[in-house]
Amino acid sequence: MRSVVLTKGVPDFSEGAVSFNEEGHLERGKTPTVMNPNDRFALEAALQTRVRHGGHVSAMSMGPPGYASVLEEAMADIYADDLYLLSDRELAASDTWATAITLCSAIEKYEREVAPVDLVFAGFKTADGETGQTGPQTCWGLEWPIVTHVLALDIDPDEGRLRAKRLVEGDVDEIETVEAPLPCVVVADPEFAPTYRKASHRLEHKRLRAETEARGEEYEDHLTTWDHVDLNLDSEYIGLDGSPTIVSSVDPIPKAPAEREATMVDPDDGEAMESVFEELTAFAGGD
Amino acid sequence: MAMRRTDGGAEEGYEHYEAIVVGCGPGGAAAASRLADHGVETLVLERGVEAGSKNVSGGLIYAEESAPYTIDDLFPGMREAVGERPITDYYIHNIAGKKVKTYDLTRLHEHDTDWCDAVLRRRMDAWLEARVHEKTSETGGGVLTGVRVNGLLRENGEIVGVTCDELDPITADLIVAADGVNSELARDAGLMDWEEPDEWFQGVKAVVEMDGERIEDRFAIGADEGVAHLFSGDLFEGVRGGGFLYTNADTLSIGTVFHLDSLVEERAEPHELLDALLTHPLLAQWLGEEYRELEYSAKLVPDSKKVAHREPYRDRLVLVGDAAGQMQAQGPIIKGMNHAVTAGALAADAFARTRRDADTESAGRAYTSMLEESGTMGKLRPRRYEYTSVVSERPLVTRVVEGVLNSPVGGVAVGNPLAKRLLGRAYNSPLLVGMLPDTETGYVTLPSVIGEKLGRTVHWENEVEPPALVDRIGELTYDTDVGNPHIRLRDESYAASGAAVTACPVSAEDFGGGCYRAETVKTNGTEETLVSLDTQPCVECGTCAIVADTEWEHPRGGKGVEFRQG
Repeated sequence: MRSVVLTKGVPDFSEGAVSFNEEGHLERGKTPTVMNPNDRFALEAALQTRVRHGGHVSAMSMGPPGYASVLEEAMADIYADDLYLLSDRELAASDTWATAITLCSAIEKYEREVAPVDLVFAGFKTADGETGQTGPQTCWGLEWPIVTHVLALDIDPDEGRLRAKRLVEGDVDEIETVEAPLPCVVVADPEFAPTYRKASHRLEHKRLRAETEARGEEYEDHLTTWDHVDLNLDSEYIGLDGSPTIVSSVDPIPKAPAEREATMVDPDDGEAMESVFEELTAFAGGD
Repeated sequence: MAMRRTDGGAEEGYEHYEAIVVGCGPGGAAAASRLADHGVETLVLERGVEAGSKNVSGGLIYAEESAPYTIDDLFPGMREAVGERPITDYYIHNIAGKKVKTYDLTRLHEHDTDWCDAVLRRRMDAWLEARVHEKTSETGGGVLTGVRVNGLLRENGEIVGVTCDELDPITADLIVAADGVNSELARDAGLMDWEEPDEWFQGVKAVVEMDGERIEDRFAIGADEGVAHLFSGDLFEGVRGGGFLYTNADTLSIGTVFHLDSLVEERAEPHELLDALLTHPLLAQWLGEEYRELEYSAKLVPDSKKVAHREPYRDRLVLVGDAAGQMQAQGPIIKGMNHAVTAGALAADAFARTRRDADTESAGRAYTSMLEESGTMGKLRPRRYEYTSVVSERPLVTRVVEGVLNSPVGGVAVGNPLAKRLLGRAYNSPLLVGMLPDTETGYVTLPSVIGEKLGRTVHWENEVEPPALVDRIGELTYDTDVGNPHIRLRDESYAASGAAVTACPVSAEDFGGGCYRAETVKTNGTEETLVSLDTQPCVECGTCAIVADTEWEHPRGGKGVEFRQG
């Protein structure tokens, strides 16, 4: 099984890391870039496939050269064999459409020059754009089937098919089992949980971890960078020029007033506690 | 589309390994290492997050001259890598109040001893795990941690493999149960039980921080030396047992070991007995006010004289180490890990020798005779004990001997100049020590009389303030399996399960933060004392499985307590 996992760097929105300016706009320069949290599930799905069936996992990302660190994270976390970064000034400011065209071209190049791909894994929307479009649009370009919201994955390499459990959200959440031929695009749901119920799977998992640790810091030796020329892409189909989406304005979400008044009350001070109860009585109605 | 399952489901049949070793302590590690030497495809399943994280021992590992295998035979470099200190001096202190009579037991300690090291199990077992994984990987197997084997897989009534919480069932030609004193496999096979408190000891231990140079200074030892001190007498409220102190590289292992039936009978609190040792004036010379406890732990110890299984096998299953009751605790001699190592290696050799046999029990039979021929079983179940215990453990005999010892005549006998010389020699005689009856006489009366008649009074002020039980529990690391308790109380009446409130090392009367507590409940005008259980603070020693009416299992893989010292 050969898999390509698509991953993206996003601003680290976790508290303490993220930085906003006075207007409430994100300061990209001051906010570190991390792997999109949802991509972890796509990576886990790729790893599970690799552990169970052997083969090869490549991690691919489009973004500035700094995104190599995101790919490094992918290698450390799920023992990716090699890394592909699609990076070039012409690719800057791409929307999901232009990104999908780029990714699609890269996967086609990979199939031509490296090896045919059985599975492409993508995460369920990014933490910054939140569109959930890039994976499906890439799939449209590849003209492959796609299975989204995948919770569990089972592959039959001999038959060249996959069977997946997918979450169907509605009034009642349902889990549906679908089958699809390979090659296929799989979008892992954030509830995707890899399962390793065989000792041989766990031993293989452990072997891969040790092997990756041995590779250590030399992730750059496993990194290939392609620009738009390598991908044979005309600059009018990519980057800002190739992006039909125009974000007209961004309105900050009003923040709760930061200034609050606090009064310290000694819990042993009966009189003071009495006044606390009086203050709170007004809110005690429940309506 | 008809699809073959590829996730290890039953339709594909079970996964098979030539050998499965359950538990990666010294016994399991020895078995796996020897199996790998014989080219047997070996899978080792360990329930801790890392080998050693579930393990506790007093802390001395012996290499006996007479043993067919020692741990450094199987794991070269083990002593240099994880040995804390070689034990070069060995003393026993007979205590009566503040009076203490000390005997040098180094001769007894050195009898049949090639070397003896103090060890801490987390460090040692984790090191063994790495070596075992390396060796077994070459056979197509390896070590998996965080996997709990919960029972035996049977086909037509015959044991053919194991079942696990985390993995689908696996079959094997040989199953080595090295899963410790509370072996679920030994019980599943009907080879061991959890019935009689008098077949068990319970040990509790504190690992205490102390700088290496300070240890050398206070214990008057060199950089490559270590010392073991044993304590017996009247400092433990008449509970049968004793205490120990071993020097590690930069910690001390201080603990107490008692007969479980005696703990239950006296309704003694194990942590308080440990405190009685820690705060005794004798220990003031070593411990200062800077006393800092790194870890409190507990363990059940099988009494091999009574429970070491003479035929520790059934079908393809063999028991090794504590799982087979192979723990020699006789007077001041405490040896367990060395016997587990020997047994593990012998079980592996037995399998290699009988590998081609169609009879599934031939490995077990060969292992049994190898235990006998190597002299291991003779050490675990000494014949002289079996002859003498019939007489000496009868209550009447005990009472008569106690009466004589406590009488002016008996006291004088112990106190006379000839006895002074003879007692030291008697303590150092492996033969006489082997005959010591397992009654109060050996543990309490004789040491107290010796202390009283021959001892010198120690006047040191002991400033140690041991942590309260709540703080000891608070310092431990747990990964609680929320909503899935591993112990269930079958009978919550005080008569059936009340003994656990005191005997459990992390419970106590009038303490709400432990595992077991007694509560008075009023129903329909009648008052009843009931026992309740919270498994969160559990240190997985297994005491309550014996003294209370429970359904006892280990937590799932990686869950529960995680010892950092062990």
